[in-house]
Amino acid sequence: MTATIHGMGHPLKRKEDARFIRGKGTYVDDIKLPNMLHVKLIRSPYAHAKIKRIDVERALKVPGVVAVITGKDLQAAGLSMMPTLMNDRQPVLALDKVYYPYQEVAAVVAEDRYIAEDAAELVEVEYEPLEPVMTPQRALEPDAPLVRPDKGTNKIFTWSAGDKDLTDRYFQEADVIVKENFYYHRIHVAHMETCGCVAHYDPPTGKLTLWMTTQAPHAVRTVASLFTKIPEHKIRIIAPDIGGGFGGKVYVYPGYVVAAFASIMTERPVKWIETRTENLSSTAFARDAYITAEVAAKKDGTLLALRMSVLSDHGAFFGDATPSKFPFGLFTIVSGCYKWKAGYVEVTGVHTNKPPGGIAYRCSFRVTEAAYVIERMIDILAHKLGMDPAELRLKNFIKKEEFPYTSVFGWEYDSGDYERALRLAMEKIDYEQLRKEQEEKRKRGELMGIGISTFVEIVGAGPSKIFDILGIKMFESCEVRIHPTGKVIARFGTKSQGQGHETTFAQILAEKLGIPEEDITVEEGDTDTAPYGLGTYASRSTPTAGAAAAVTADKIIAKAKKIAAHLLEVREEDIVFEKGRFYVKEAPEKSVTIQDVAFAAYTNPPPGLEPGLEAVTYYDPPNMTFPFGAYICVVDIDRGTGEVKVRRFVAVDDCGNVINPMIVEGQIHGALTMGFGTAFLEEIRYDEQGNIYGNTFMDYLIPTAVETPRWETYRTVTPSPHHPLGAKGVAESPTVGSPAAFENAVVDALSHLGVTKIGMPLYPWRVYSILKEKGVVSEL
Amino acid sequence: MGRHKISVVVNGVKKELDVESRLLAVHMIRELLNLTGTHIGCDTSNCGACTILVRFPWSEDFVTVKSCTLFAVQLDGSEIYTVEGLERDGRLHPVQEGFWEKHGLQCGYCTPGLLMQSAWLLHQNPMPTEDEIRQMIAGNLCRCTGYVKIVEAIQYAAEKLNRMGVRSLELVVRR
Repeated sequence: MTATIHGMGHPLKRKEDARFIRGKGTYVDDIKLPNMLHVKLIRSPYAHAKIKRIDVERALKVPGVVAVITGKDLQAAGLSMMPTLMNDRQPVLALDKVYYPYQEVAAVVAEDRYIAEDAAELVEVEYEPLEPVMTPQRALEPDAPLVRPDKGTNKIFTWSAGDKDLTDRYFQEADVIVKENFYYHRIHVAHMETCGCVAHYDPPTGKLTLWMTTQAPHAVRTVASLFTKIPEHKIRIIAPDIGGGFGGKVYVYPGYVVAAFASIMTERPVKWIETRTENLSSTAFARDAYITAEVAAKKDGTLLALRMSVLSDHGAFFGDATPSKFPFGLFTIVSGCYKWKAGYVEVTGVHTNKPPGGIAYRCSFRVTEAAYVIERMIDILAHKLGMDPAELRLKNFIKKEEFPYTSVFGWEYDSGDYERALRLAMEKIDYEQLRKEQEEKRKRGELMGIGISTFVEIVGAGPSKIFDILGIKMFESCEVRIHPTGKVIARFGTKSQGQGHETTFAQILAEKLGIPEEDITVEEGDTDTAPYGLGTYASRSTPTAGAAAAVTADKIIAKAKKIAAHLLEVREEDIVFEKGRFYVKEAPEKSVTIQDVAFAAYTNPPPGLEPGLEAVTYYDPPNMTFPFGAYICVVDIDRGTGEVKVRRFVAVDDCGNVINPMIVEGQIHGALTMGFGTAFLEEIRYDEQGNIYGNTFMDYLIPTAVETPRWETYRTVTPSPHHPLGAKGVAESPTVGSPAAFENAVVDALSHLGVTKIGMPLYPWRVYSILKEKGVVSEL
Repeated sequence: MGRHKISVVVNGVKKELDVESRLLAVHMIRELLNLTGTHIGCDTSNCGACTILVRFPWSEDFVTVKSCTLFAVQLDGSEIYTVEGLERDGRLHPVQEGFWEKHGLQCGYCTPGLLMQSAWLLHQNPMPTEDEIRQMIAGNLCRCTGYVKIVEAIQYAAEKLNRMGVRSLELVVRR
């Protein structure tokens, strides 16, 4: 029993990689059942249209076609309208009207995917196009068509937070006010594996098993049971290996429901796998919000108040993956790392003829929009005041001794040391030197910019008193069983999509139990075996499931002490546990190992004590965690083309105590790259008629190895005081924090020309047109 | 729909297959041969998750090909290797080892394609610079890693191959 334990803080190689590097992962499309059928969805070419007629006869005649399903078939079964994550209802397959381009209209079920594709071409749908509503501004115009006649208005909600009157008062008193309008463009997570499922209804048992690309299998099971009336124990959701999720696989899409329905109908297994175009066109989008921001300050740079007004586009159905009480997510983290006297936010959410599903894209519920806006505004204020943006931030940071700190919007920030993070970033990139270089370059007419972003996140949802999704509280679970020989199986309600839970959760348990991580198997994703949990998204796994693991281990050790006392024939109070060993306080040479104790739990339990050694925890976090960071980016701009080259990017992240630094670094690199894609490349755009631009990888550009910067990452450690391991969660921080750093850098390169804003994506043409307007384009 | 009898050497084993004219190579690999390590990520040959090694009958050399935009019949008479063919006699190829050691993967979906491309690029260029590596994997998209660790993984493999004194595909191709 002398195997080394690689617990907290070890850059342990990942357990799951053993299968992935051999091509032996099991993703949904790898599952093949005997007699399996395939589904192909027929989708709407229009954003908004009446359906006059659907003719399936020609398709049905294709040899190998088993069925063609329409909304009417689902209606007959009472399954035509499925609930969204915000308790709206959306058609599984369109009935009399289509509401967004690529909406699901009918489905061919066939012997193989080629036949299904062939037959899908033969389903005739006659549409009567209607005027679409493609922007939220248009949605609010009095003469705008109604996207949802059932609702009678295009407005979904208005929501506000903060103290309006107090905020207005500070704006009246302020020496300086800056105001800017932003559009945080619509983007898509574009996980490498598209969505899909294999549905298998077993008539003898009446059980429906669904292997699906989901980040939240348990919640899916409950909602599926409530929706279909199939008893919950007769539904088994299995999330196998998932090829990236980033939020996009939290949602339930019509294809899953169609496959399940088809399996029940045909009594055969049915597979549905999206194409990339279907994925980019119809599954959950992110951002798409217009934000007007105002900041009031004193002339010495002391921040006073902030005021934000948001118009957000939620598509045709309100299906955001967001906690029920927060229709615009946790946007009120917009107060950032700074001390304010007051703040006020108001949001109007509207329907348009776009697909539903807001928030998804590696972001803890609209935190990305918040961080972008406030970090852009701080730079705009610095520019107006003629102050260095670093100096302005340092002046207004919440100081480390002021934590826990209650923000103007009521969040209790758990811990932080923002100044240390920024100073480290400035030192690593040599900020002073860069400013000198910039000054010299400006004299020569060269364009170089330095962009800073110092952000705070709010993750780990969440405390059950305020956080739920569709009424289900956002706790998280861990169940640990120690077998007689001291080997362990641990199961969680979360679901890794690449984050490495099989490794990090094993490390937590190894640390706490003193059992080598190689003796610990971690399982997630099967609702028949794993304890109930809300799943993995919004950087919640370490804050919630990680905490559940620690608490569960404590419960096991508490019981194990009783057994150790029995084996060592001393009182329980005399037992000390340390690194897998239980010893007698006064006689440390008298000891038993955790493995001895595990064996005894099944072979020689103390009289009166229940045999076995296992525990389960449903962890309800007392607060959110607040990871933070400081990013500095250096860019050079080509005056001939407007192309921006990211020369350096230094990222200092603080996610509290770290479980596996290698994995944390990998998460930061990946999220920085998504932030880079957001800032420079990615955009889902529609024209006025509702045609989507950018729904293949030929024109939805995700970063390649060539343009992705060489990230330089550093860390400070400010533990969370309320998390059992002092950890905070990290995987989304850079997606949240980096876009503002990129745009701030590009704006900074042009700030001497009076430029304060560019807008994302920072396309070369966008920069070029500014260069042209300012008369600084160089001849090629 | 026409059908064709084709002969392909797959990971060193000769396979006789009867395929529809339009069957994509990637579906032949995944559905007929049950080698599900080769993935589909985009359908437009942008993402590279379906990258395999092919030696066409008219060539001496192996090339990497995106099998989602190739018909199975085009492989008649060819020799191909998929990710399942990288490991030999229980020994990982240095690129597999490098990706594991250097955390060159997260969700694992793009990994098989990147491993094939890496094995090929190191055969072409046993001592690539970082820029050369980045250029040569530009056709393989990864959404998780940000590429830094993938570059390190390939550098690790390059060093190992050089220490071993073998060229990359010598460890893969069965003779």
